[in-house]
Amino acid sequence: MHWRAIIRLFGILLMLFSLSFLPSIGIAFLYGDGQARIFGLSLLIAAAAGLVLWVPNASQRSELSVRDGFLMVTLFWVLLSLAGALPFILGLHLDLTDAVFESVSGFTTTGATVIVGLDQLPASMLYHRQQLQWLGGMGIIVLAVAILPLLGVGGMQLYRAESSGVAKQEKLTPRIAETARALWIIYLSLTVTCALAYWIAGMSAFDAVGHAFSTVATGGFSTHDASIGHFDSPVIESIAIVFMLAGGVNFAIHFLAWRRLSARPYANDPEVRGYGIIFVFATLFVAASLYWAGAYAGSWESLRYAAFQVASVFTSTGFGTANFAEWPLHIPLIMVILSFTGGCAGSTAGGIKVLRILLLAKLGLRQLFQLAHPRAVSVIKLGKRPVSEDVLFSVWGFYVLYVVTALLLTVAMMAAGLDFESAFGAVTATLNLLGPGLGEVAVTFAATDPVIRWLGVFGMLVGRLEVFTLLILFLPSYWRH
Amino acid sequence: MKIIILGAGQVGSTVAQSLASEANDVTVVDQQPELLKILQERVDIRTVVGHAAHPEVLQEAGIEDADLVLAVTNSDETNMVACQVAHSLFHTPTRLARIRSPDYLTHPELFSPKAVPIDFLISPEQLVTNFIRHLIEHPGVLQILDFAGGRAQLVAVRAYYGGPLVGHELRSLTQRIPKVETRVVAIFRRDRAIVPEGRTVIEADDEVFFLAARRDIPAVAAAFRRSDKPNRKVIIAGGGNIGKRLAELIEGDFQVKVIERDPKRSRYLAESLNRTIVLQGDAADADLLTQENIEDTDIFCAVTNDDEANILSAMLAKRLGARKVVSIINRLSYVDLAQGGAVDIAVSPAQVTIGALLAHVRRGDVVAVHSLRRGAAEAIEVIAHGDRNTSRVVGRRIDELALPEGTIIGALARGDGLVFPHHDTVIEPEDHVILFLADKRHVVDVERLFQVAITFL
Repeated sequence: MHWRAIIRLFGILLMLFSLSFLPSIGIAFLYGDGQARIFGLSLLIAAAAGLVLWVPNASQRSELSVRDGFLMVTLFWVLLSLAGALPFILGLHLDLTDAVFESVSGFTTTGATVIVGLDQLPASMLYHRQQLQWLGGMGIIVLAVAILPLLGVGGMQLYRAESSGVAKQEKLTPRIAETARALWIIYLSLTVTCALAYWIAGMSAFDAVGHAFSTVATGGFSTHDASIGHFDSPVIESIAIVFMLAGGVNFAIHFLAWRRLSARPYANDPEVRGYGIIFVFATLFVAASLYWAGAYAGSWESLRYAAFQVASVFTSTGFGTANFAEWPLHIPLIMVILSFTGGCAGSTAGGIKVLRILLLAKLGLRQLFQLAHPRAVSVIKLGKRPVSEDVLFSVWGFYVLYVVTALLLTVAMMAAGLDFESAFGAVTATLNLLGPGLGEVAVTFAATDPVIRWLGVFGMLVGRLEVFTLLILFLPSYWRH
Repeated sequence: MKIIILGAGQVGSTVAQSLASEANDVTVVDQQPELLKILQERVDIRTVVGHAAHPEVLQEAGIEDADLVLAVTNSDETNMVACQVAHSLFHTPTRLARIRSPDYLTHPELFSPKAVPIDFLISPEQLVTNFIRHLIEHPGVLQILDFAGGRAQLVAVRAYYGGPLVGHELRSLTQRIPKVETRVVAIFRRDRAIVPEGRTVIEADDEVFFLAARRDIPAVAAAFRRSDKPNRKVIIAGGGNIGKRLAELIEGDFQVKVIERDPKRSRYLAESLNRTIVLQGDAADADLLTQENIEDTDIFCAVTNDDEANILSAMLAKRLGARKVVSIINRLSYVDLAQGGAVDIAVSPAQVTIGALLAHVRRGDVVAVHSLRRGAAEAIEVIAHGDRNTSRVVGRRIDELALPEGTIIGALARGDGLVFPHHDTVIEPEDHVILFLADKRHVVDVERLFQVAITFL
């Protein structure tokens, strides 16, 4: 472990992050909501903490190893979440549990909240929440596309084989900076387009920007208690569907499409195709179920609510126009399954990811096939590319860990006092980075026991860091060396 | 013609034999004196020992005044360099070479006078693959050969009891299938050729050759045998170049299984093929074949490079219930042994390749040559040039032509169409004439017939 080099980097990171309070200060002045002092203080604390970490270690510039990477990535999320919690503590006088939960929920693009009465919150505070999600979304894209593959986590190794030999060397240098910049531009332009679309569709400029932040990041924070439902506009909902889905697509594919200026990469990528197919079928199925159960008047209304809710849950955004937990019959469970499926690898979405589900399905089919043809040599392919057995093993391992984590967290939540449905809902909401759950936590985590909220924080971090990255830190042999 | 053949392997020696019998001056070059000695004892040719691409060796073989060089050594690279040397140093007019590696073949621009100067490439594996593919696509036929760029096909079928035409005169064929145009060009009965006439009565076990357009093949074939079920399930034994390419070509239309012995190669095949089931194991393993429902298999193709393994696995597959078995057999002596008995169809790569080579060696404007009946008969496609004054063919009715005995004009490819001629059909300039020669010795006469008088040039 290169402790001092890591600490130095985090010093720099904190100082940079402290700058993110500046827009909030600006908003505070603009709306005169009296929070400017709070954000100024947060900025100073974060910057000072950064300085304290940085100054003694300023000369430590040793090369970081891949092993350091796991710790770095985890600490990145934890530390920045703590810094982001400062205004909640100072301004809204939340206790540590609530502030950290809110901040982690923002930074991991989950969207679960403990704050009730958003409509009365100061504008700058609302803006800060939205911005946390946006920064978190940015972070995960760079992490998933550029950094996790180097650590051998995240299913994106598949895409690594395609790029040049440079990527195979384990050095986090120029190529990553370059990739990160390109992803940044794509992310930014998606956000700008989304904000403009919202604004044209009738949102106020403040709401438009705020919602664009949490839509593209597939976060799910809103500036209103009623979420997107507040606007009650099919146009806004359609815009949200498009950009939520865009946020749930692998950004490496966005990158290819942008560089070649064609939609071909989307059509050619088996994961994006699977993603599209799942979305369409789930929407039709849920709409038909809603119509059949008579939950809404008419087929159009059913389709409208189904499409929005499916997009929101499938991409782990968690915006609401309706409370799906209260939908009749089998529909809530369908939504939970969708949430576990999640978006594409290398996107801002949570869950197991379509890529892994596809591979797992193929693995299952291959097993059946092998029973019929014991001597057959069968290779699993994604598109036309064969997938190596190593990758399949890691996908399988991921799936097992993910499911076991979900089960254990559910057990823990039940032990902490939730009933079964709520506990399972809470795990769905946090581990899959969804936001809204079932039962008691269908809308907010405000009324729950602090232990449950801390479990939620852990779930969100595990989900965001693709399980392996966080859980490896609990492996004794990781620390011995 | 003065011809130099580089390489005295399977193809080289068969071609040498075939060409020498047609009054050509043939010189064969090889590095192994033993091979040359055996060949020289049998055939009237000259031999030179040495490396086929070395200028000195080529000079000794008399390349300076050779009309044609044919590079068929084991090595693609040697063949290419030999053609380069022949072109650059000796200005040999025609250069043919065998190129095996698919890697080279996928870049046709490589073979031009400015790059590697090879006039015609011959890829035995490609030819054999296509040959077998035809067999799979058309059940019940023994052989299908392309003419006129694929517009016409020469098809061989064996007549069976129960075929509608068996026991009837040939001329009733047009009544049975009035909408289909076809021409029966030869009948082999107990290995002897019969010139087909309207009165000829078809007997069971006759091997019938007819010309037809591709879409009409099933209808015509059905006249000689009860119609065969279309093939659906195919097992290919051997995942080498031929096996892989064959699987690639047909996996879209058939249920294909490939059996490959080598685990690494199996993995490679599984990665590169899409719908084919790759099985790792021995093609002669009865358990494996039974496990994979050999009794429901329509056609089993043994395509490894080991003759004995091919024959044995094909025999086993036949015994276990495969409807039809095809085997690649390199040794000519095995072909006669196995064909019709142990295996249904024996495919000889040398025979298939030689046809392609012969087309370039023939005098006159010969487009395609196919060697049939293990070299005894031949089908050729030749373009008629000139006019009534300069040519002995153009402007004349079919019955005016002085065709040698046992030679039949099966079809004319005229423009984009196909004409099945009658006795009064007149041959026009630039017609592609497709002839069947029951006896190969008459090839020289046919060539002479189609040659244009000097004044035309």
